Amino acid sequence: MTTIDPTDEVIASGVEAEDSALRRLLGAVADWLTSTDHKKIGRLFLGGGLLGLLAAIVINVIIGIERAGIANIDDNALAQIFDAQRGGLVFGTLLPLAIGLCVAIVPMQLGARSVAFPRLAAAGFWMWAGGLILSMIALVNNGGGLGGDPDMVDLFLGAHGLMAIGLAATGVSIATSVLTTRAPGMTVRRVPFFSMSALVTGLGLVVVMPVLLGTLTYLFLDHRNGREAFGGNTGFYDWAGWIFSPGTVVLFAIPVAGLLAEGAPLLFKQRTPARGIVFAGFGLMGVAALGAVTQDAIHNVPWAGSELYLGGGEDVREKLFDVLPWAMFNLLPLLGLTIVLLMTLFLARPVKGAKPTVTPALAFGFLGLGMIMVGMIGTALHAIDDLGLQGTVFAEGALIYVVYGTVLAALGGMAHWAPKLWGVNLQTAKVLPLAGLGVLATVLASLPSYVAGFDEPRDIYAVLVLVGHVLMALTVIGFIGLLTTSVMSSDGQAEADPYDGQTLEWATAAPAPANNFVDAPTVMSAEPLADSKSNYGQTISEKGDR
Amino acid sequence: MQALTAGPAAAPRRQIIVGTTLGVVAMVMMVGGMLAVWSEQRTNFVERDGNWLPSGVVIPEVAANVALIAFIAICTFAQWAVWAAKRNDRGHGVFALATTALVALMVINAQAFIYSEMGIGIGDGAYATMFYALTGLFVALMIIGVIFSVVAAFRFSGGRSDNEVLAAHAIYWYAMSVIYTAIWFVVYVTK
Repeated sequence: MTTIDPTDEVIASGVEAEDSALRRLLGAVADWLTSTDHKKIGRLFLGGGLLGLLAAIVINVIIGIERAGIANIDDNALAQIFDAQRGGLVFGTLLPLAIGLCVAIVPMQLGARSVAFPRLAAAGFWMWAGGLILSMIALVNNGGGLGGDPDMVDLFLGAHGLMAIGLAATGVSIATSVLTTRAPGMTVRRVPFFSMSALVTGLGLVVVMPVLLGTLTYLFLDHRNGREAFGGNTGFYDWAGWIFSPGTVVLFAIPVAGLLAEGAPLLFKQRTPARGIVFAGFGLMGVAALGAVTQDAIHNVPWAGSELYLGGGEDVREKLFDVLPWAMFNLLPLLGLTIVLLMTLFLARPVKGAKPTVTPALAFGFLGLGMIMVGMIGTALHAIDDLGLQGTVFAEGALIYVVYGTVLAALGGMAHWAPKLWGVNLQTAKVLPLAGLGVLATVLASLPSYVAGFDEPRDIYAVLVLVGHVLMALTVIGFIGLLTTSVMSSDGQAEADPYDGQTLEWATAAPAPANNFVDAPTVMSAEPLADSKSNYGQTISEKGDR
Repeated sequence: MQALTAGPAAAPRRQIIVGTTLGVVAMVMMVGGMLAVWSEQRTNFVERDGNWLPSGVVIPEVAANVALIAFIAICTFAQWAVWAAKRNDRGHGVFALATTALVALMVINAQAFIYSEMGIGIGDGAYATMFYALTGLFVALMIIGVIFSVVAAFRFSGGRSDNEVLAAHAIYWYAMSVIYTAIWFVVYVTK
């Protein structure tokens, strides 16, 4: 008998064996609950985001059933359902998915062993999760921004404050990681695209979430004491509604652009020239933080009655001042997104003799960013008074375009980096159909709302939206199923660099070990891994190192 | 594919200073946002009711002004601790940190004095609710600062070479002085 064999007594005792299994289970749970490994924290965010998405889809389906006239919902419950829809899409889905991917991947891309302030990031996750659960409890018990139970309204406000603190804390962790934990030789210009987009979003969280927290503090105290300053519970959407505006939430979708920029050079194994232009694109998208700075959900253009006629000098001046905030808030982020898309198309041009490698990052990122672009265009149109879109379902369509676009990209990111996160290689051929289904779902869930904004609400639009949400549920469930079966059937050893990558995360084992790297690698260019491959991007690398 | 060569140990990039700076940015954004809402509500109430500060309520300006002046001392002492840490002078460092915490406690006391002199409760109308929300958060940030000073003092006295922590500590108090200056102007001067 070796020293590691179990004793006869243990083998004989089924109870003790059961205890041991239970202990292992409890140990695993405790490990996840207290982990400061950035990959686990990131996966917790991603898992929470997928659960939040499924819950948000259920809420959207209920709304669709009501709008299509299939069934009537109690008027008293409608307020909570609409609260749950907005909260579920923004706080339950978009934010955790985008942040989770950043926390999980950025340290590996930087050549770091961990995220900066890992306990802060972990605390950020638990505050977000706790806040989300409390907000759901409040909604179920007649709370929410339009709720009738005062205590539950307070709980709802406090829960959002808790989420805001948690998300800001995670933003500090992400941004500090990019600023301080880069591998030797990795200058800011050499930071991978996805990590740079994470930096912009991290800074955005640091800037935006505290403003929300301050407003919620006012609302909470006002609601508990007299309700004279902010009009009671209805003040939530008047004063904090900007956090749910599609124009603002684009700030948290910037990692989608980073994902696309990450996947594009892998298509024909090209190095990216003029990286600064792509960085500028991310920065311009970051202008969406103006939503918090101005605390305004709609930077509307009051052209009403003018029919775009410009009169004398005073008239021109007045209209210019009307248009400038709208243009800054809507057009600058759109310009940033367009820059990233154009750069992607430039990198996607065929290279003679090179075989294209379509990665999930490229496919999902391109489609996701496309959806977000449509959402951003919709947001810009929504703000023009003369179009008469305000007060219609048009804005809801724009929000769903942005959120579902981010969901698509997050699925792509999870598939792309699955070898590092779960130790499995998801076959691109199996994943890509889900991208197509996801796009169809997004378009169906959003476009009819756009059309209804110009037209009038019709049952057919509601039915199409309903179908779109159901298809999105199928997409997500399909993805989870694919990932789960791959993990279950995996032997734990995946190909470490399946896409012939350029950045440092592909230099680690698959799955990535707890501390990512044994030694911090030296970085000599923006594509450090490509440098170590003798035949990589022959045609481009001849142009020399940057 | 060749293996990437291991690089030298990563140079320290002042992680605590960067993290604290980002935290400070968050604090400034929070208070800035609250002051913006305060200003808008003040305008709304003045247009509607003619006044914002409830009649009969007098702000004890002396205490508010002394608190502002105290921040000059707080920043000076915090920077003194940085100076001492660079010279590994533990006596000066701990004394500077303790003095920073003490003066910060005095500012908290001044705020408590303002509360008692104004004599309004949190539920006494829109002004009172917003006043307590804004200044209450300020007091919370002050308490965090005092804890920061005390922890830094214990670490430094225990033999740690904490130049970076003390620099971050000084940044925190500089930011707090900016925050209080803004509150002082908007709430206590403009009224």
